[in-house]
Amino acid sequence: MATKALSPGRTVNGRDQAERRLAVRMTAPALALMALVAAVPIGYAIWLSLNQYSVRTAGLSRFVGLENYVAALSSPEWWAAFGQTFLFAALSVSLELVLGTGMALLLNLAFKGRAVLRTVVLLPYAIVTVVSAITWQTMFQPNMGLVTNVLSALGLPGGDVVWLGEHGYAMAVIVLADVWKTTPFAALIILAGLQVISAETYEAAELDGASKWQTFVHITLPLLRPAIVLAAIFRTMDALRVFDLPFVLTRGANGTESMSMLAYTQLRENRLVGEGSALSILTFLTVMVVSVIYIRFAGGNIREAGKEEQ
Amino acid sequence: MSTLTAERPTAEPAARPRAPKRRLRGEAKLHPLVWVFVVAVMGFSLIPFYWLVNTSLKKGASLSKGELFPSQPTVENYLVVFQNPEFLLALRNSVIIAVVTTTVALVFASFAAYALARLKMRRKAMILTLILSVTTFPAIAIAAPLFSIWREIGLYDTLLGLIIPKLTFALPLAIYTLTSFFKEIPRELEESAYMDGATPFTAFRKVILPLAVPGLATTAILVFISVWNEFLLAVTLTTSPEARPVPVAIAFFSGTSEFDQPLGTISAASVIITVPLVILVLVCQKRIVSGMTAGAVKG
Repeated sequence: MATKALSPGRTVNGRDQAERRLAVRMTAPALALMALVAAVPIGYAIWLSLNQYSVRTAGLSRFVGLENYVAALSSPEWWAAFGQTFLFAALSVSLELVLGTGMALLLNLAFKGRAVLRTVVLLPYAIVTVVSAITWQTMFQPNMGLVTNVLSALGLPGGDVVWLGEHGYAMAVIVLADVWKTTPFAALIILAGLQVISAETYEAAELDGASKWQTFVHITLPLLRPAIVLAAIFRTMDALRVFDLPFVLTRGANGTESMSMLAYTQLRENRLVGEGSALSILTFLTVMVVSVIYIRFAGGNIREAGKEEQ
Repeated sequence: MSTLTAERPTAEPAARPRAPKRRLRGEAKLHPLVWVFVVAVMGFSLIPFYWLVNTSLKKGASLSKGELFPSQPTVENYLVVFQNPEFLLALRNSVIIAVVTTTVALVFASFAAYALARLKMRRKAMILTLILSVTTFPAIAIAAPLFSIWREIGLYDTLLGLIIPKLTFALPLAIYTLTSFFKEIPRELEESAYMDGATPFTAFRKVILPLAVPGLATTAILVFISVWNEFLLAVTLTTSPEARPVPVAIAFFSGTSEFDQPLGTISAASVIITVPLVILVLVCQKRIVSGMTAGAVKG
């Protein structure tokens, strides 16, 4: 960034220093605020998780070390929630990436009505997640729902099922509600990646006599990889903290409890501050470990982008 | 603008989906199968909305039979919602929380984003990575300790007690989006301000901020939507209608009994809070798209 190379040397140094000082002054308030609202609570959560609190007498507590973690990690509830959260993330993110790529390809075509399609696709994204849950609840409600009624009318299985009352079916509704709301996000990230692929690349492939499918598999997909990986990272991090959808649709019943929900239930419903804090720290660590793994193994392009920032 | 950026390829807004001319390929001869996909995508996006509205207009037998078209459409569910004082309180709370959080986040973020986008600074990449990683924090890790702290110091079940933690996620989102908007403003404009003897801060105030108004508006919309939608902090840190925002009010609306769900009324309430968001999308579609993909893919 040698933008001021024209000025004489000494003023550049003087201005450089002034600029660095200004940069610190301008970022400090935001960083301090973020430290206050993010780092302090998480630090306190770690302290809370190392203690046990009396349910009966407020303010009474004793230090128990890692006992809450040992209890959490040896409880079937934690591992059930852990497994369900990862199952949900795997299902919803893979569907979102496949459908999102499809949507992006459609949105990248030149046709009348593309603007309409983009608006329509964007609508579910802006909706409140709780409302997305309620919407899909109305779709699958026994007797009242569109899906259940259509399935019954066609004589297909599933029409007389209480969808939210059984594990596999309930998970399907939760995944569907998530896919509906967040596929547009994946699609737009992938579309942005699609739009930077130059027309010449396609023309070259066409000249070489590549079929449309070959072009897609050998040119489009590899060039889209950075965008797809980015969408995958954002969506996975979001899916692993899923809370709203199971909260509204099942209240965590029928084996659909997520990690965040389990921590919430212990904390608020059962008033177990120590155990709840340990579970929320475990959820936090799980998400962080996954993000590190992602960036290590799949996100070489992200690190390069980060280097570019310097 | 393009003549200015032509000399500086790094500042070129390549990832903006605004310049459609280059991508117009094979217009008007779409394969019929493509239309099938277009219709399918539209159906998947819109049918659930239709069913929500449909459910909200039905009552009694018409509701429990699941009629495809309401035989006797009624607005009674909507009247019930609007006569519910708790829903009106929740609307008020949501507006206050979202407006205050968005404003505070934008003020702090615009300073930070300018420094990160333009000024010389140590450990810039590290700071940006840190900020981005905060957006992936599971909210429960913040909500759990605040549940204890807030009850000690009297912020539990208050609007302020919700605004503060919501900043945790609003701030990084605002900083990240604004940084990529600031980067797109041609440097030449500041350079000429420097020539006239302006300090970097004056350049920020007099040159960058006025030019960044569209970017600020976009960021405000995105932050507003995300604060409005947020649920986990809201449900953990409130307990009474006086502090509950809309998503929590609706969630508890629905949870009274598993067998006698007032699905018509819940649907009506859902439609009511969805209408403003739908209008926002219709009016500000381009902004939302450019903000969502800001900095996502570098050209």
